[in-house]
Amino acid sequence: MFDSLSDKLKKVLKNLRGGQDKLTPEHIDIAMKEIRMALLEADVNFKVVKQFVDTVKEKAVGQEVLEALSPEQQVVKIVRDELVEILGGSSSRLVFLPRNPNVVMIVGLQGSGKTTTTGKLAKFLSKNQGRHPLLVSVDVYRPAARNQLSVIAREIGEPVFEAAELNDPLEICRSAFKHAQQTGYDTLLIDTAGRLHIDDQLMEELQAIKAEMNPVETLFIADAMTGQDAVKSASEFHNRIGVTGVILTKMDGDARGGAALSVKMVTGQPIKFVGVGEKYDALEQFYPDRVAQRILGMGDVLTLIEKVQQEVDEEEAMALQQKMMEDKFTLEDYRAQLKQMEKLGSVDKLLKMLPEGMMRSLMGFVPKISDEQAGMMQRKLKQTEAIINSMTFKERNNHHIIDASRRRRIAKGSGTTIRDVNDLLEEYIQMRRVMREMMRGGLLGGFGGKLLSSVMGRKSNRPNFTKKKKKKR
Amino acid sequence: MGLFWKRTKKQESEQPANEQAVEQTSTEQALEASASVELESQHPQPEQKAGFFKRLFGKTEAQEQEAEPIVRAPEQEKKSFWERWGRSEENAATPASEPEVATTSVARADAEKMSLFKRWKASLNRTSENLMSRLDDVIHGKKVIDAEVLDHLEEALIGADIGVQTAMEIIENARKKVDRSEVSNFDELKRLVKDNLLDILNDTSGKGISSEVDVSLDIQPYVMMIVGVNGVGKTTTIGKLANRIKAEGNEVLICAADTFRAAASDQLAIWAERTGVPLIQQKKGTDPAAVVFDSLAAAKARKADVLIIDTAGRLHNKANLMAELEKMKRIAGREVQSAPHEVLLVVDAVTGQNGLEQARQFLKAVPVTGIVLTKLDGTAKGGIVVAIAKELRIPIRYVGIGERMDDLVEFSPEDYVNSLFD
Repeated sequence: MFDSLSDKLKKVLKNLRGGQDKLTPEHIDIAMKEIRMALLEADVNFKVVKQFVDTVKEKAVGQEVLEALSPEQQVVKIVRDELVEILGGSSSRLVFLPRNPNVVMIVGLQGSGKTTTTGKLAKFLSKNQGRHPLLVSVDVYRPAARNQLSVIAREIGEPVFEAAELNDPLEICRSAFKHAQQTGYDTLLIDTAGRLHIDDQLMEELQAIKAEMNPVETLFIADAMTGQDAVKSASEFHNRIGVTGVILTKMDGDARGGAALSVKMVTGQPIKFVGVGEKYDALEQFYPDRVAQRILGMGDVLTLIEKVQQEVDEEEAMALQQKMMEDKFTLEDYRAQLKQMEKLGSVDKLLKMLPEGMMRSLMGFVPKISDEQAGMMQRKLKQTEAIINSMTFKERNNHHIIDASRRRRIAKGSGTTIRDVNDLLEEYIQMRRVMREMMRGGLLGGFGGKLLSSVMGRKSNRPNFTKKKKKKR
Repeated sequence: MGLFWKRTKKQESEQPANEQAVEQTSTEQALEASASVELESQHPQPEQKAGFFKRLFGKTEAQEQEAEPIVRAPEQEKKSFWERWGRSEENAATPASEPEVATTSVARADAEKMSLFKRWKASLNRTSENLMSRLDDVIHGKKVIDAEVLDHLEEALIGADIGVQTAMEIIENARKKVDRSEVSNFDELKRLVKDNLLDILNDTSGKGISSEVDVSLDIQPYVMMIVGVNGVGKTTTIGKLANRIKAEGNEVLICAADTFRAAASDQLAIWAERTGVPLIQQKKGTDPAAVVFDSLAAAKARKADVLIIDTAGRLHNKANLMAELEKMKRIAGREVQSAPHEVLLVVDAVTGQNGLEQARQFLKAVPVTGIVLTKLDGTAKGGIVVAIAKELRIPIRYVGIGERMDDLVEFSPEDYVNSLFD
């Protein structure tokens, strides 16, 4: 994929430290070229890039090179900070007024994910902000669009206003509004038809809806994969309809999301949420620093840490650690670990969240993991689990009793070969040894390396996550 | 003249008399074979197999009468048939007027094509609105090509989403020629860049299926699979594609293998109804490969010419979903030799640099033979297809230029490149 920006900058700035203690304009110029490239590759609009680079240049020239940072790190820091500042200033909460119902309008281009996001948002609002949302689709154009919202509403268990007999968007809005008022729903989410921003007729329709419904929020849905055109569509929507916030969708893809910066720059409105999956709870708060890092190709460590915090049961982790200390880590525990690992998501996703620099410091090299390899790892984890599943309770708690005949049975039961079973047992024994040594040495440093190497290989010793995350941040 | 994508059936031309018999058995078979399948055959009209153009040009009076009994189908079908082919009814009744009608039809078809072309041009021109106007501002009042001009040209290309890498290479090439004084004026510079882009777009020969002319006519059923990330317009494209292929006189069957997205098959069902093409679908959540399997069986039983498989939108970095796609491909290949014969990757014109990665990843799972570039009626230029053509040599087959059923046209590299500049 991409070389990380810091690596590129390191190359161009490697001579900077020679006796100088300030970033000179020449160096900045060289660095800015790389930054420009990085931003363009991340799909930030070229005009926005120009503006951005100029700002950063001004800030960077003449700054002292901090002791703690190498020049390239410092440049990256300036760029990152600036990005965060531009992207930031957001609050993910929607602010509602004391009136019933509050209307929220969802607008955007076709295929940006409006309907799915409407569903996610309804779920989010009822779960996190105690709202009682009513959904309504006014997309009378696309085949089955209204049906799609109804299906989604059913799946998330939120009410939807269906008026199949009505075909006029404004008319539908009015009825839905009245219905919400009478029935006591405090929030009306209007899913509008996708349209091109140059489609006058449809834009006028949106204006009419907005004028009559007087929404508290008008949210523009932007696809994270959008390229240079993001500026045009966002500004057109903003100029004509007046956007109050942005939701960035499809962030679970591998696009770097430069569109976020473009949209933010032209609308000036906060990015409120990001869509990160096909499930209806895959709507997350927007963190400017994470997206900034992603745009710069720097990984997403924070998301990873948060994920670990969320998913890993602390008590379980503590119990596991206890067992390791007492050298009682059984195959049963091993399996439990694998299960926790699975909760975190696929291996490749986890690895992708780590920036290259971190991998290097942990493992001494940057593993180039293709998707195929990641898939292989994933399969191997599954296989390991299958093998342990095929063992009896007794075997799992005492691997010494697993003799040749048992191995044959286990291989058969798990659809693997005796060799696979042997490999697993060997790894397990080795793992125990490593743990014993670690415990004796009393050090958990270098643990991350173990984690990664265990992911790369078959082993998966992931004790004591609780301590680790404190360390990291 | 790729518009004429005619896949005339052999038995039809050779033994027209047998047509009905064959047709009936095949319908029966279809019903048998797909007893478990919820067959959504809105208009099972065997008579339409005769083919539009064949009807226009090739029909003799005798054949016309031959077709008569077919029309005596159930009442409802008959009605829709006459509605749809009102013109042909005239023919059947008064064969004398046939040539005249045919000419008007041809004229109409021509006009239609013209307007399509115009519309495409119009949509592309919108695309190029400020690509070159900015450049013209820079050029204005200048005599020589300097760094500023080249920088702006590069920006224009990047602004079209052609990609940093590709844009830089093209500009580097131009810079060299300018330095060696091989290019001295702006027109030459434009020409050079245009040629560069054209070379890239045309250099996909030998890979994929670059035009309808390349389509092999003796494969039956000809299986097409439509893939892409979420929200690029796969389903709409299928509606248009089915309409297009059917209009050439083919019997088309659509398979709704998007069993994930809410109301996806409802959307497709509406398109199927509009185009009068039968649809094979199942409950939401069914294994898509199973739907593919059923639809292949149905296509074989009904002797359909073309089967179009709609797949769920999936992000290319999701291993499980890509594996699911691969499985569908495998099933297709097992049931029908060398199927899918064509895999079209749908790319949204607003897509940025990620489009290239999309193509790369989809190519790993399924043999993508061509690209459909959708939503080109907006202001986005879809330049990423240039990068895709350059790196992966996948030809661009169709362009989506609107929401109407006939808003799908064949891609022309010349028109595309010209419209970026003129």
